[in-house]
Amino acid sequence: MTVVYEDLGDEAEGAVPVRRIRFSINGRKMVAEVEPRLLLSHLIRRGVGLTGTHMGCDTTNCGACTVQVDGKPVKSCTMLAVQADGHEITTVEGLAMEGAGGPGGVLHPLQEGFKEEHGLQCGFCTPGMMMAAKALLDENPDPTEEDVRWALSGNLCRCTGYQNIVKSVLWAAAKLRSESAG
Amino acid sequence: MTQALDEIKIGGLGASRKRVEDDRFIRGKGNYTDDITLPGMLHMEILRSPLAHARIKSIDASKAWDIPGVHLVLTGEMMATRNLAWMPTLSYDTQAVLATDKVRFQGQEVACVIADDPYIAKDACEAIDVDYEPLPVIVNPKQAVADGAPVIRDDKENQPDNVVYTWEVGDAAGTDRAFEQADVISRLQLHYPRSHPSPIECCGSIADFNRATSKLTVYMTTQAPHIIRAAVALVAELPEHMIRIISPDIGGGFGNKVPVYPGYVCSILASILLERPVKWIEDKTGNLISTGFARDIYLDGEMALRSDGKILGVRMHCDADHGAFFSDAQPSKFKIGLLHSAFAAYDIPVAHLQARGTYTNKAPGGVAYRCSFRVTEAMFFQERMVQAAAGDLGMDQAAFRRMNFVADEDFPHRTPLGFLTDSGQYAKCLDVGLKAVGYEDFRKRQEEARAKGRLLGLGISTMTEPLGAGNSREYDILGIKMFDSAELKVHMTGKAIVRTGARTQGQGHETTWAQIVAHELGIPAEDIVVEEGDTDTAPFGMGTYASRSTPVAGAAVAMVSRKIRAKARKLAAHLLEVSEEDIEWELGRFYVRSAPDRGVTIQECAMAAYSNMPDGMEPGLENTAYYDPPNLTWPFAVYIATVEVDPATGVWDVLSVVAVDDCGVRINPMIVEGQIMGGLTEAYAMANMQFITFDAEGNCVGSNYMDYLLPTAWETPGFELHSEVVTPCPHHPIGAKGIGECAAVGGPAAFVNAVIDALSGTGVRNIDMPLLPDRVWEALTHHRDVSGAPPVRSDD
Repeated sequence: MTVVYEDLGDEAEGAVPVRRIRFSINGRKMVAEVEPRLLLSHLIRRGVGLTGTHMGCDTTNCGACTVQVDGKPVKSCTMLAVQADGHEITTVEGLAMEGAGGPGGVLHPLQEGFKEEHGLQCGFCTPGMMMAAKALLDENPDPTEEDVRWALSGNLCRCTGYQNIVKSVLWAAAKLRSESAG
Repeated sequence: MTQALDEIKIGGLGASRKRVEDDRFIRGKGNYTDDITLPGMLHMEILRSPLAHARIKSIDASKAWDIPGVHLVLTGEMMATRNLAWMPTLSYDTQAVLATDKVRFQGQEVACVIADDPYIAKDACEAIDVDYEPLPVIVNPKQAVADGAPVIRDDKENQPDNVVYTWEVGDAAGTDRAFEQADVISRLQLHYPRSHPSPIECCGSIADFNRATSKLTVYMTTQAPHIIRAAVALVAELPEHMIRIISPDIGGGFGNKVPVYPGYVCSILASILLERPVKWIEDKTGNLISTGFARDIYLDGEMALRSDGKILGVRMHCDADHGAFFSDAQPSKFKIGLLHSAFAAYDIPVAHLQARGTYTNKAPGGVAYRCSFRVTEAMFFQERMVQAAAGDLGMDQAAFRRMNFVADEDFPHRTPLGFLTDSGQYAKCLDVGLKAVGYEDFRKRQEEARAKGRLLGLGISTMTEPLGAGNSREYDILGIKMFDSAELKVHMTGKAIVRTGARTQGQGHETTWAQIVAHELGIPAEDIVVEEGDTDTAPFGMGTYASRSTPVAGAAVAMVSRKIRAKARKLAAHLLEVSEEDIEWELGRFYVRSAPDRGVTIQECAMAAYSNMPDGMEPGLENTAYYDPPNLTWPFAVYIATVEVDPATGVWDVLSVVAVDDCGVRINPMIVEGQIMGGLTEAYAMANMQFITFDAEGNCVGSNYMDYLLPTAWETPGFELHSEVVTPCPHHPIGAKGIGECAAVGGPAAFVNAVIDALSGTGVRNIDMPLLPDRVWEALTHHRDVSGAPPVRSDD
């Protein structure tokens, strides 16, 4: 692996601390050299180059950056990259691989549900919504509308008014239940 | 036996076709501006002013320059040497790019740093030392025009005070006479608070000046790429043909992504100076504190009434707070936008509107956030005044509206403030809404509940609005007429590509424009790809905002499809060896009238255009249409909300929301409903929790998501949508009307009227939005109106 960057001089290099971390992302094992203050969301977007995880605010409110770390939903803007050392990250790009039928190209029922029920318009909040919804369905495969609204209350959307997002998640829950039953 | 294709099956008009754009978004493969990386790209961050009004005594950026990885630090002084410290706005004013003499609002851009990495750029911004000398601060129009108020725009010649404009329309004398005849005069004063569209994605740009080709390419979060190209040509003094603006996927616009922001200009200059791509992506605080806000306008309205409920005349005085620069994107002839569309659905003989705009020490803007050029304000004022008037007369809210509506048979109708409405079934929409909400039954339950000390309320709001700016006689932005365009190319196998001058930000154009072509030509929608946003390839248009795309760009798509069909008809005649007069059309096919089994499909015509043309015909099957709309379109809606107010806390819950929207022909019902629900949510947000205010020092309260409250899935109510009433637009090629903003326009008053209704009997006539629990509690406990205008008290 070749890495090339500008030589800012010995003093500059000494001034910036670097940590080496190992983590897996969507099943791929990675190594990175990062500043301690680098946000996990920036590691994912700029370091690994997976731009499906979006950043929409600077106060942990919007949830567009939601990913899963060791299966739990996390707002990646509020976690440091160094904290991901030794952990497994799943992003929206990894959803399809987990879908029925094996890796690559087959959509997760959540992705299908959002398309079926018009659960997105501009698409910017959508990856975070789906990752938060996935965390809900992992724990509760048969949620009520209230359960869904509560579980998604950490994710902001400006376009849809949430009604179709709720329908999308319930559609996905139904499909997942029928797949595991059948 | 017809061989016409099934329109719904091929994804034509009325099909709730699943969206094409979803495929990439659900996979996380969208292409938003911050997702794009160019080789050699640098990163820009902006240093903002902490003070609302202050003289800049000095700026010392030496420590910033010393930080390794910093390539450029720009200040107002440096911009001034290139004549770029100030730029023209879309409203014929000027706006600071980077502050030179003074800062004029908290958050104003003071300097910017371009570095290898955004973290370094932010470090460098913090190392810049700015010496400010504070000045007195103005946070509302009253302060702006008070004796001795400091002149905010002392940079301008011939600007002796803080008044931006005065404007009036209507018949002052006639209105005065009407008021003399009135049995009752109903007066209402209120403040529509400052709000912000706040799409989740912030603004940003990647400017890439290529020295080798002299071409500037800018990726930008913009709803109007062609307007930006013209603006950049003007501001940066580069030739128009060497500028390419690319609007990639946009994470929500709502009017926030129309203006030209200083960050864009700085990134362009930086790229030209450094000859490398420069990316600027603002953070949420930058977005909320400095970019195009919405509303912040005061109403003093009066209605002259006859005792039987007939409205004799209306008078409105509006004071608009524009912030430090008059930078709205709006039709140049109308200083207060289309505020004078108020009362267009009511049959009122005479009216007079006066407006004044003032400068204050706040971010610039005013026209944004699904407002259709201030129609949000018009319809909110209207329905709040109607509510108050019915209350003052002791009349039923529904009956009062019904008796004053323009009747179905009275179209076209000229409103007393100068608009021409052309179609609507207002009473029918009201009937559908009242039935759906169970009006009679609710009033009974309300009374019973009141006897037990529970406060239920019902609020009605109606709206009609002029959508589809606009005809060239009256509408222009900076002199450029507001037409739009579509280019359609049908390939030899009958597949096609359509490009328009609009720019979708979630409205689904990639899905819906194909549906119009499918309707006109019988080509299945899935065989048609739609592109927008690249000024090098898209035909000229004025972009997507103010719900203008279906009315104007959509009309252009229909018109260009008809041009293609007219040529295809000639090809069909040639293939079928008959004359054109003998040819008939059914969806997807031309046939011989006297022998209907003899026909050719549109695909066969397409192939013929490339391989078997009649003598004298230009080959190919491609064309462009530019559409100058004859008039605006006028959708109509009734929104009804029911609420319960907790008298102990002032908290109110929504029990139900009913929406009856008549937007003419619906291209894609699923997408239309999505737009309505989005608008209703924004209406709820503004009514319940969302606003930006300022304290006496001009500190912005609401510049991040901890203070600027957006409703989540938990608070947001469910919506019951009705589509039974369909009044096609008489002049639109497919009978469609705009819809994107209707619910944001008409929705807020439904919630406010519901809470005021719940408080009836206390004498409360107004509580300014948002109806925060403490405001509602104050109103119902002390039996008084509650205002929300800034400055907010620092002990609040």
